[in-house]
Amino acid sequence: METLLDILSELHPDVDFSKEQNLVERGILGSFDIVMLVTRIEEEFDTVIPARLITPDTFRSAEALYSVIQSLEDND
Amino acid sequence: MKKQSLKTILCCLAALLVFCAGFCLVQRLVMPKYQERTPEGSLTAEYYREKLNHDVLLIGDCEVFSNVSPVTLYNEYGIASYIRGSAQQLVWHSYYLLEDALRTEKPKVVIYNVLALKYGEPQSEAYNRMTIDGMRWGKAKAGAIKASILPEEDVVSYVFPLFRFHSRWSELTEEDWKYFFREGTVSHNGYLMRTDIRPATKTPTPAPLLDPHLPASSMEWLERMYELCEKNDVRLILLKSPSIEPYWYEEWDKDVRAFADAHGILYWNTLQVNDEIGIDYSTDTCDMGQHLNVYGAEKLSLWLGKKLQETNEIPDRRTDETYVSVWAEKTERYEREKASSDAERES
Amino acid sequence: MLFTSWDFALFIAVLVPVYYLVPKRLQQPVLLLANVVFYAFAGLFAFVLLFATGLSVYLFAIGIGKTWTTQESVLLEHKGEWDKAKRKTFRESMEKKRRILTAVCLILHFGILAAMKYGSGLIGITNTLFGTGFSGAGLVLTMGASFYTFSAMGYVIDVQRGKYPAEKNPLRVLLYTSFFPILVQGPISRFDRLGETLFKTHSFQWDHLEAGLIRVLWGYAKKLLVADRLLVAVKQLIRYPETYNGAFVLVGMLLYAATLYADFTGGIDITIGIGKMLGITIDENFNRPYFSKNIAEYWRRWHMTLGAWFKEYVYYPVSVSKLLRRLTKAARRFGDGFARRIPVYIATMAVWAVTGMWHGNSWNFLVWGLMNGAILLISEELSPLYKKFHARFPGLSRNWFYRAFTVIRTVLLMSSLRMFDCYATVPETFRSFGSMFTTWNLPLLWRGGIASLGLSAADYAVAGAGIITMFVVSLIQRKGALTPRLLGKKLGIRLLIYGTLLAVILVFGYYGFGFDAGQFIYNRF
Repeated sequence: METLLDILSELHPDVDFSKEQNLVERGILGSFDIVMLVTRIEEEFDTVIPARLITPDTFRSAEALYSVIQSLEDND
Repeated sequence: MKKQSLKTILCCLAALLVFCAGFCLVQRLVMPKYQERTPEGSLTAEYYREKLNHDVLLIGDCEVFSNVSPVTLYNEYGIASYIRGSAQQLVWHSYYLLEDALRTEKPKVVIYNVLALKYGEPQSEAYNRMTIDGMRWGKAKAGAIKASILPEEDVVSYVFPLFRFHSRWSELTEEDWKYFFREGTVSHNGYLMRTDIRPATKTPTPAPLLDPHLPASSMEWLERMYELCEKNDVRLILLKSPSIEPYWYEEWDKDVRAFADAHGILYWNTLQVNDEIGIDYSTDTCDMGQHLNVYGAEKLSLWLGKKLQETNEIPDRRTDETYVSVWAEKTERYEREKASSDAERES
Repeated sequence: MLFTSWDFALFIAVLVPVYYLVPKRLQQPVLLLANVVFYAFAGLFAFVLLFATGLSVYLFAIGIGKTWTTQESVLLEHKGEWDKAKRKTFRESMEKKRRILTAVCLILHFGILAAMKYGSGLIGITNTLFGTGFSGAGLVLTMGASFYTFSAMGYVIDVQRGKYPAEKNPLRVLLYTSFFPILVQGPISRFDRLGETLFKTHSFQWDHLEAGLIRVLWGYAKKLLVADRLLVAVKQLIRYPETYNGAFVLVGMLLYAATLYADFTGGIDITIGIGKMLGITIDENFNRPYFSKNIAEYWRRWHMTLGAWFKEYVYYPVSVSKLLRRLTKAARRFGDGFARRIPVYIATMAVWAVTGMWHGNSWNFLVWGLMNGAILLISEELSPLYKKFHARFPGLSRNWFYRAFTVIRTVLLMSSLRMFDCYATVPETFRSFGSMFTTWNLPLLWRGGIASLGLSAADYAVAGAGIITMFVVSLIQRKGALTPRLLGKKLGIRLLIYGTLLAVILVFGYYGFGFDAGQFIYNRF
């Protein structure tokens, strides 16, 4: 989780990602950020988020994103 | 609850009523009035203002409404006549205008001018409009619309002319306001008077005819017109009115002659008896031989009245009380217009 | 059938009462029949293609869906029996099946679409290159094909991804792929979202009818008062680019911006309104796009359903594709920053190339798409600079003038790009654009220039009033959708508004025979 928060604040240092719950709807994470994030997550977690899981729901908050990453890791 | 919904319905109905009233008013405003400019657009509607019946109806295009004067026919022969003609009135227009007229009166004779037979297809939206928009509603108008509309026209705009003329909102003239409630009378029993003289200077050489026959569709409509007259016990006479242009071909004349002979009806081609009528194209035409002016029209009317009397039993309405005063008024207006245009021209 | 035709008005006037009067179970068949009637006007080939597409999509989805159900039942059957590795191999084998089926379906349907869209162009190129004489006359894009193909493929991909099961009822799939209001100009609709209301029965509700009617009326107002009128001037400007250069290009750009907005959003208003009249909710396609502060925001607010489709089915899949991931890894030795940008850059440019091609079959559209992509990437790269700038001048982003400036800047930028949409070729577009800066002919505009575009002063006045009204309505919409607020007003006021709007459309609309009343006044005889 810590790693994920680090990656997120790399992208937007001015946002407190541990609190935000509507990252996509509020326009904090755009489509550029999302692709950047997916790339960074692959680097750090060695997990690829498949296209079908790239939805506003997955990226709505750091927690949601982290749980998706975990479920993907479990499945392997 | 019940009271509330009643109120709602009433409110909607009232709104609908206001909307329809507004629609009608705006429609009336934007429709061309055809009074000062292009008065021939008023001809179809003007017919319905007639209170007395007619013994002779003349039907056709500009070759009737420019070339025959019913006032002369009445004053010289006592023939009560009316012209149902409009600009480029095609043969199916004529058929339906006749059907429409026969709803309310039974003339003894119908004269059809044959020039328009040369058109077998709808020609122009503007002329369709001028002929049809003035018609009263009925089977005849519906038939006329169906027979006339061009592919780019639609029936809806004949029912609601607003859809056709709404774009005139930015070009409304004084004429549109002046004649909003009531239009004036532009014709003399369907005759549009011209008093100017533009002599014909040369005889045009006709272009070679591609098809030696009049279009079959035209002849079919003529056949229908004949049947309509038969059914109503009206005598149909065919007429080719005097003109230099457009050229009336020998071949067309033959077709019409053949039709007349086959049906046992009269066909008067005035081009062949010009000496008898006495049209002088240096004084009697207003546009170099296409149409006659009032002097030419009166000459033709004198001849036509005589021919009608010779071949038919047409009552002399000069002794009929109901007609006398009405026609005196018509004559007075006719003479006034003729004199004032004469004076205007001379000044 | 065009939205602006009497046929269509009659069609709707018959459909709506029939739809609500028939027994509920017949509502969907009635709607399907309406689609058949509506599309029968488009010609036999288009008609057959549409319904064949629906049927094909139904079958493919069933096939793909079956791999999911088989996968689940087999895994359940062997629960505890198979080890993790075996389960994984089985899952992967099913996934492979799904992918193959989906790929075949996509290739087939996009292939048909591409053949219709680019076939004649490709044949032309082949003919010039090899001197052959093939004819591409039969290859014409049928009405709505771009929209319904995209909608239908979205459905197939969703089934493949396991987002929802395949629809078992073929009538529903046919109804979805052929739903007539969205055939004309979209929006590209999602099966699950549209299906929420499309596959339900609806009782008559006065509110729905009224809300739908007013939306339809508003759409016609935009189209007939503004779009169709200004289109005359736009066409004239484009037809003679040599004459209309310099300041005229700017005028053309702005007129086209207004025309396109009025035409496209007006058409969508009619679409959504008709859906509403039938109790069916169709997705919004615009969110006041001309109030966007930057081009990225603009593309989230203009033709939203197309953008969302491309993002979901092209942009993300491309950016996480094996090829790009491998490329990213390989590029790490040139630095992390560089490598991390590779997926974003390539996916962005790929999406915009495809978006461009979707819009039209000439090079103009490809260039247009790529330039959009490039500008988006540049502004993304510049965003740290913007942030610094705003950090130095706090409050600026709340300043009214600054906000107006950003909005106008975005509109101008988008309008400039849209010139590719107007002019015939890419060089001509650049030439015309350049002439704005090199040719000084501003005074020509009011010395007869504006008047020579085929519109009268009255026409400009009507269009101007229409644009102002659209602007004001957009401002009001900032506080939320307008229709619910309108429906809350007193009946008398509502009727007055509707009546006035209808009357204005009927009188001032640019429709019917002879817009030019002058042609009606002809010489005597």
